[in-house]
Amino acid sequence: MKTDFKLYMKLFTSTFYLSAFTFGGGYIILPLLRKKFVEEYGWINENEMLDLMAIAQSSPGAIAVNASILIGYRLAGLMGALMTIIGTVLPPLIILSIISSFYASLRHNILINIVLKGMQAGIAAIIIDVTVNMSKDIFRQKSIFPAIIMIGSFIAAYVFKVNIIFIILICGILGTLSSAAKINRKADK
Amino acid sequence: MVYLKLFWSFFQIGLFSIGGGYAAMPLLQNQVVDLNNWLTMAEFTDIITISQMTPGPIAINAATFVGIKIAGIKGAILCTIGCITPSCIITLILAKLYYKYRKLTIMQGILNGLRPAVVALIASAGLSIFSLTIFDTNQIPFNMSHVDFIALGIFLVCFIILQKLKLNPIYVMLIAGTMRLCANWFI
Repeated sequence: MKTDFKLYMKLFTSTFYLSAFTFGGGYIILPLLRKKFVEEYGWINENEMLDLMAIAQSSPGAIAVNASILIGYRLAGLMGALMTIIGTVLPPLIILSIISSFYASLRHNILINIVLKGMQAGIAAIIIDVTVNMSKDIFRQKSIFPAIIMIGSFIAAYVFKVNIIFIILICGILGTLSSAAKINRKADK
Repeated sequence: MVYLKLFWSFFQIGLFSIGGGYAAMPLLQNQVVDLNNWLTMAEFTDIITISQMTPGPIAINAATFVGIKIAGIKGAILCTIGCITPSCIITLILAKLYYKYRKLTIMQGILNGLRPAVVALIASAGLSIFSLTIFDTNQIPFNMSHVDFIALGIFLVCFIILQKLKLNPIYVMLIAGTMRLCANWFI
């Protein structure tokens, strides 16, 4: 019982620490989780960690949250998953609560307002940069199907304001059908 | 009632944001700005900006921000729980299936179809933010006489820095903020 408690605490503190000090989202936190749980603690072996990361990236939701759920569950069952979830979610919850309480007054501060205005242009550049790089990867596949999906969904979302959930569902179904067809073709050969 | 609505909105955001990174952004905009009017487009852009500079996933940050604004700290916790509930259920089911069959074929098929769509949706949300900063509105048609040239200049400089130098986005944000400050100083 005592060792259980120790394990829970360790799961909580390590995910809390990683979540509080990792800037830059899911893809940055994955290698850090690997480092902690594979190299430092030796609780999960390298191959299993790769599998867990693949599942985390295939599931909906934030990748950091998915990965910590899987690690917690793998090491200490549902209670472990609960510990790592709380550890991961608490830092952003606390930090954003503090920021929210200052937000209204800060937004009216002329200086902050100017800086935020500049940063808005910065964030626009970051997002456009991300999408340019991602769409280059799509076109590089030299396959017509993903290109059509991409252009079609863009027009549907941006021009015709089609419900996003609807677009995601349709494209998910199309993806499943196309990969099922690919598997059949391979089986025929 | 508003609690239920917050929970359900963020549950949908958690359920349909597939692909990590900015995948949650278009869904957030849709639920929080377009459907429920909990945030204005400018506030939404602020929260994306703040998320870029604080740790934690965008969706969780936005859940806290929106929750507090609409229903206090209780709302923030509820939104966060709503956002991660689909993750909990689906990752654990996928893990069970994976350990049984050692394959994620179906999920990978779904992802193959989704990845290009997710790129398109992020692009669409990104363009909304772009037009908000440059034209001060995200409604088409844009008013070409209201172009914010300083913002346009900052955007171009940041975009080139990102494409050529692959600089960490946090530094890009700091550069963007500083440039605007300097521009206001001298112009």
